[in-house]
Amino acid sequence: MVEAKWIDIGPVEQLPALGARTLPVQGGQEIAIFRTATGSIHALANKCPHKDGPLSQGMVHDTSVTCPLHNWRISLLTGEALGEDKGCVPVIPVKVDAGRIYIERVAALAGVA
Amino acid sequence: MNAPVTIDDKQEHASPHERERLVVIGNGMAGCRAVEEILSRDADRYAITIFGAEPRVNYDRIMLSPVLAGDKSFEEIIINDQSWYDDNGIELVSGDAVIAIKREAREVVSASGRVTPYDRLLIATGSDPFIIPVPGHKLSGVITFRDLDDVDKMLTAAETGGHAVVIGGGLLGLEAAHGLSLRGMKVTVLHLMPTLMERQLDEAAGFLLRSELERRGQTIITQADTAEIMGDSHVTGVKLKDGTEIDADLVVMAVGIKPSVNLAKTAELEVERGIVVDDDMVTSDPAILAVGECVQHRGACYGLVAPLWEMCRALADFMTSDPSGYVGSVTATKLKVSGINLFSAGDFSGGDDTEDIVMRDASRGVYKRVVVKGDRLIGAVLYGDTADGSWYFDLLKRQEDISDIREALIFGQAFASGGATLDPDSAVAALSLDAEICGCNGVTKGQVVACIDGGANDLDSVRAGCKASASCGSCTGLVESLLSISLGEDYGGARTVTPMCQCTSFTHEDVRRNILEKELKSIPQVMQELHWTTPDGCASCRPALNYYLLCAWPTEHEEDPQSRFVNERMHANIQKDGTYSVVPRMWGGITTPNELRAIADAADKYEARLVKVTGGQRLDIFGIKKEDLPSIWADLNAAGMVSGHAYGKALRTVKTCVGSEWCRFGTQDSTGLGIKAEQMTWGSWMPHKFKIAVSGCPRNCAEASIKDLGIICVDSGYELSVGGNGGIHLRGTDFLCKAETEEAALEYIAAFVQLYREEARYLDRTAPWVERVGMDYIKGRIVEDEPGRKALQERFLFAQSVHQKDPWAERVAGAESHLHKHIAEIRPFAILEPA
Ligand code: SRM
Ligand SMILES: Cc1cc2nc3c(=O)[nH]c(=O)nc-3n(C[C@H](O)[C@H](O)[C@H](O)COP(=O)(O)OP(=O)(O)OC[C@H]3O[C@@H](n4cnc5c(N)ncnc54)[C@H](O)[C@@H]3O)c2cc1C
Ligand code: SF4
Ligand code: FES
Repeated sequence: MVEAKWIDIGPVEQLPALGARTLPVQGGQEIAIFRTATGSIHALANKCPHKDGPLSQGMVHDTSVTCPLHNWRISLLTGEALGEDKGCVPVIPVKVDAGRIYIERVAALAGVA
Repeated sequence: MNAPVTIDDKQEHASPHERERLVVIGNGMAGCRAVEEILSRDADRYAITIFGAEPRVNYDRIMLSPVLAGDKSFEEIIINDQSWYDDNGIELVSGDAVIAIKREAREVVSASGRVTPYDRLLIATGSDPFIIPVPGHKLSGVITFRDLDDVDKMLTAAETGGHAVVIGGGLLGLEAAHGLSLRGMKVTVLHLMPTLMERQLDEAAGFLLRSELERRGQTIITQADTAEIMGDSHVTGVKLKDGTEIDADLVVMAVGIKPSVNLAKTAELEVERGIVVDDDMVTSDPAILAVGECVQHRGACYGLVAPLWEMCRALADFMTSDPSGYVGSVTATKLKVSGINLFSAGDFSGGDDTEDIVMRDASRGVYKRVVVKGDRLIGAVLYGDTADGSWYFDLLKRQEDISDIREALIFGQAFASGGATLDPDSAVAALSLDAEICGCNGVTKGQVVACIDGGANDLDSVRAGCKASASCGSCTGLVESLLSISLGEDYGGARTVTPMCQCTSFTHEDVRRNILEKELKSIPQVMQELHWTTPDGCASCRPALNYYLLCAWPTEHEEDPQSRFVNERMHANIQKDGTYSVVPRMWGGITTPNELRAIADAADKYEARLVKVTGGQRLDIFGIKKEDLPSIWADLNAAGMVSGHAYGKALRTVKTCVGSEWCRFGTQDSTGLGIKAEQMTWGSWMPHKFKIAVSGCPRNCAEASIKDLGIICVDSGYELSVGGNGGIHLRGTDFLCKAETEEAALEYIAAFVQLYREEARYLDRTAPWVERVGMDYIKGRIVEDEPGRKALQERFLFAQSVHQKDPWAERVAGAESHLHKHIAEIRPFAILEPA
């Protein structure tokens, strides 16, 4: 069986604007899905490069999220820490089609034994 | 599959009966324009037949909105009348849809049974309106907005008045809503997203649009998820997923369109979202081309006309043997609602490497935002003043290098291409003395210069002297330019007061004053009126604005969870491992065996990793998962406990000592007063956290002298002191006054808390605030001014009547449940199981 490249994780409206939700991966790394004010959807590993803070709980503004633990700002586009801070978290490709969010299977399952 | 097509040159000047037969499916905007383009290149090459499902000639679909609104008649929007078809020898088969394409035989079959052969086939079937398949979507009175028949149905419905519900707050929906409301219907627009036209507008412009439509009498409901359309045979109403019901005699579905691809799909052409075409508009079958909204080119589908014109040109070039290739389009949008000027183009989703330039002019209702990446303009949103829309669009499409005009870009074409040098100072210097600098207060350049000549040497003294930039502040930059031009070296530079954050030039105090004076009631409104320079603020101003609004308008404020720090959004303290701690309130530090049992049970049940006695005289349960928070709260609620707000910029703890009830030195019932104070103040949101303590005698076992408000009981009453802090900078309290009764003490407490709520900056604890304003000021307001004190107390108690509710109980009842649930879960092994 050929596996689909994308996994459907549900309708866009499950995400509040400027908000985020979590997507646990059994045996793998939890993913955070974000939605910006303009409606674009992004996904990062839910783990701040600083000290593993859950980025899904931070504040989203423009295309970045401020980590809830010590206020690092992380780009939703590249996963890089912005400003003076240095570090990077994996970005997981997402796409929206007909109002549903799809996440790239391979990237989402990275690290699953 | 996509074999190159060779055009047989011999056929180029063939006589009519030898002409290639071109059959066009779709008598719409793209189909007819393609034919016009071909005819203009080579009028004799093809024998043309056009099939149209609609029983009429070709008309300008986008003008259906003005027809609905009553600004135009159908005759006025016809593009090609019957004589055009006749004069060009085109056979029009209208009112007869093509139902099959026989590729082997190269013929099409129409609904009436007619079989027509072709050499070349052009599919231009446009799009179909998307209909959300909720229960009731087939009832009579539920319509879409795509062709003239739909407009006729709306006009018939509008004759009898009544309620119209438009589902979809995009371009189409809003134009339908506008037309129906001009035709006398009472209109409600339901939009799934938080922002109207969210694909074209950012939050700020969407907010302005919404306010204007509401002002015109439409009801706009955003984040409205339709559950059901109600009615037996004819529609009677619409029900939302949250239970809201709205009356409706007419429902217009305008939620989107999908390329009309069924014919192509059945004919087994390559179809994804649209019919896949190459740069020459050729489908996977070299004899078949496609154009318009039904196609997908380089992955993109379009829903506007401008790209169709470009596609039609490339198509005609190819079909007349001079291929040029279509490379895709950049689109711009305007809303055709009279009196509303709105323009949007390109990409304005922002990004790290992009820069936003924002200008807001509240007095004229203007919002402009351009997005720059490197030296190029990549997006623009204009509201209120769209005069420069086409200029920006041009810069964007041509990918022009804008580095030379960057500083002046936002001011528009006239300004940016005006002077020889584009330094903003010289642009300002070039203005005449009559030019108006400050629109709010009608101050000219001459008046500002006179004010500076008269001795004003910084922004604040100009504001005080001639009022320029003292209201909305949008001309601050101009005034600063004038200062630097007039004073040269002597100008000390931009003022020293610290603005609230990098998104604004206003201080906290300015913002709070404006919120009250201008009656600003939402975050986007504050950002617009006060000319925020960022589209949606930052992590530092959003929580502050949320608080200022809540404090100013307790009954009207709508909470914005996305503008709360995580702890306040989750009503629990986040821990370093991402779990949460839960602290129930223990009034005045008193607990009961029942409460202790409930806490112990909860700690077991939710596998808490630690229970700790806090420095605030209560118990903290650590290591709770966000998914478990609502259930642990439910259990604690059941035992009578409420949130301790250990996470909030709010009242934290009221520490007490045992006092006169038990202690041999106690002078008053300090525990009792502490409990009363806590019951009065809990649940109140404040600029920062607030702690109270009551000690029964000057031995001060409750450490009252390092609290925001401390009370020391003495034989003759209660000594109140304020502004203490045991945190980073240790500070003892300052004496405020003495109260003789518990009742008087509570009145002082309420008044002091309210003064702090109304006047301190967000994230100021009482200590720095008291130091800034001074104890004399505080005593003047709280002790010496009795009516003022009582008014403060009254405002506090009023706010409490609204805000004092247990947030845990609200969550247990289901509020914001998405915050505690995962969006989905991936179980790889379950999915990988062989099918
Ligand atoms: C739990 C507790 C420590 C304890 O185990 O006893 C505690 C824990 C935290 N304190 Fe505290 N403070 C606790 C009593 C205190 C006290 C003592 C008191 O209230 O009598 C103080 C000094 C008194 C004061 O506030 O003036 C105190 C001064 C601070 C400060 C410094 C505040 C300042 O103005 O300088 C912070 C940092 C801040 O708020 O920005 C802080 C911040 C914190 C935070 C919220 C850190 C954070 O932002 O995540 C800690 C949360 C731990 C957690 O995960 O739950 N905590 N903290 C105490 C909870 C009391 C309660 O029942 O609600
Ligand atoms: C109310 C309204 C307002 C709009 N406003 C704007 C605007 O302001 N700006 C803008 O850029 N765009 C606007 N648009 C979009 C614009 O009208 C479309 O992009 C454009 O009409 C698409 O052209 P098309 O030829 O691909 O499709 P259409 O114009 O829809 O033409 C397709 C034609 O094919 C016919 N057809 C379909 N299937 C068959 C078949 N099997 N056999 C025979 N005929 C068939 C259909 O009946 C239709 O007449 C608006 C659209 C609407 C409905
Ligand atoms: S003193 Fe520091 S480490 Fe201890 S609870 Fe307070 S903030 Fe955390
Ligand atoms: S863990 Fe994210 S900033 Fe420290």
